[in-house]
Amino acid sequence: MSNNLQNGGDEAEFAKPLLVPIKRRSFFMYAGATAGATALLLSGCDDDDDDNNMSPGTVDVGSGDTGVLNYAYALEQLEAAFYTTLRTGAYYTGLGAGSAEKSALDDLYYHEVIHREAFKALLAGNAIKGLEVNFDGIDFGVRTAAAGAAKLGVLDAAKAFEDLGVAAYNGAGKYITDSAYLTLAGKIVSVEARHAALIRDLISNGTFVGTDIIDSATALEKSKEPSVVVQTANTFLKDGSKLNVSNIK
Amino acid sequence: MDIFKLISDIEKVDPEVYDRLDSRRRVFKHLTGVGTKVAAAAVPAFFASVFSKAYGQGTALPSDIAAILNFALKLEYLEALFYTKGVATAGLIPAGAGLTALTNIRDDENKHVAALRGLLGSQAIAPLTDSFFDFTGSKGGTRAPLFADVFSNYQTFLAVAQSFEDTGVRAYKGGAAGLKANDAILEAALNIHSVEARHASHLRLMRRGGPTVAGAGTGASPKSWITGTEGGGAGGAATAAIYGAGNPASNFPAEDNVTQGGIQLQTALASLNFPASAFSEAFDEPLDATTVTNIALNFVVGNSF
Repeated sequence: MSNNLQNGGDEAEFAKPLLVPIKRRSFFMYAGATAGATALLLSGCDDDDDDNNMSPGTVDVGSGDTGVLNYAYALEQLEAAFYTTLRTGAYYTGLGAGSAEKSALDDLYYHEVIHREAFKALLAGNAIKGLEVNFDGIDFGVRTAAAGAAKLGVLDAAKAFEDLGVAAYNGAGKYITDSAYLTLAGKIVSVEARHAALIRDLISNGTFVGTDIIDSATALEKSKEPSVVVQTANTFLKDGSKLNVSNIK
Repeated sequence: MDIFKLISDIEKVDPEVYDRLDSRRRVFKHLTGVGTKVAAAAVPAFFASVFSKAYGQGTALPSDIAAILNFALKLEYLEALFYTKGVATAGLIPAGAGLTALTNIRDDENKHVAALRGLLGSQAIAPLTDSFFDFTGSKGGTRAPLFADVFSNYQTFLAVAQSFEDTGVRAYKGGAAGLKANDAILEAALNIHSVEARHASHLRLMRRGGPTVAGAGTGASPKSWITGTEGGGAGGAATAAIYGAGNPASNFPAEDNVTQGGIQLQTALASLNFPASAFSEAFDEPLDATTVTNIALNFVVGNSF
């Protein structure tokens, strides 16, 4: 959406979208009052997310390709931190050496840390800071949560992170302008999809695909916009590390 | 021609017309000058161009985008017809979790065929049929088969299936950059791509007997991700190209590549002390259309894919 209103627009103006300068409205005069007002409201909401209105201490991933790469870097930070923490938890430490799940979780840990470090190196001086995570909602002592449990089990959380990662990369591809970065994102997203499928199969064999993640009519994975992804991602991040992706467009 | 009346009329059948046009509002700068600056005779052509930009689909796709989608469509036919035949072959797939999974994958591939045909519209190739393919790799009996028992040996069937899925993952990755001109089509291709990767992951799990013995023992192979060049893949020499380098190798490296974004990760991250295999596994590699075609030709009757 547009940033046309950004200059000189203060909060009072955003709150009263019909009072925006007439120049802007003339653009929609043929659209009829309703459509024009709707468009202005949408535009106003979008600008509302810009940093001047954000709660203090959010991390703006930025705009352009750097913004998308930082967005990916943030998600990889989250995944890497999860598998790193997991390795100190009672569920993982209780797994037998060389057991099925231990070797799978080891691989996921390696892959996600490598993804994180690759983005960090690629972004260099443009990288966002290291994020502080909040895994209070995860019980690192259990494989999967019992019905009604307040916290996610280890595999529940892994599934959530991996599925989210796939949907996030798929939804962000269109915002990348550099072909090399698009290809790099593609190289990672299929590995995330392999992870997601295995974790889902470990929880319940045969759930590698399902209508919760793919469209039942087309069998296309359901991608997610950055604005949707951060709603979930931010629940696992501490205040001061929560993400602002409103400049990815 | 009253353009505002026209847009108002379009709104009646397409309430989202304003959103479509708004995202390309430069169009309106030109429209305001239509009355004076553009000769009346040029207006219809001008509108055709404006609305084809606004709507993208529904008008002809650029030929290079159509070519990439048609190529993907052929690969989806290869997979869809393979699973259809496998699931229909009595005694091949044991009843239970395996049959359920392969039936689901068959259904997904058929839906991908339909989805790609929908994106292509009238530019889609004529539907391919079973007679187009020979999944034993004998090219219709004209040479020794690569996988003679593909429809009588379950493990061979799974090995060929994994080969197809891994090829599909690389092929979509290789074509993604060419679809950038159309956001909706790029996103659709990405959304098929990740489903192919999920299929590939599950087939690897099936090949080692299911999740109960997943990775049982540190040497368990194959993993759900691609390690190095997979030792030539599930079919040895017959599948080696699926994991090898494409052309040019600088853009389409082999699956054992460990340099990403210009950074040799295994060296740069040596302090992590991770297994060497992890640096290859963490990234899948793209493959060019010509190399993918040559792989697919092994399963085609005749010499065109």
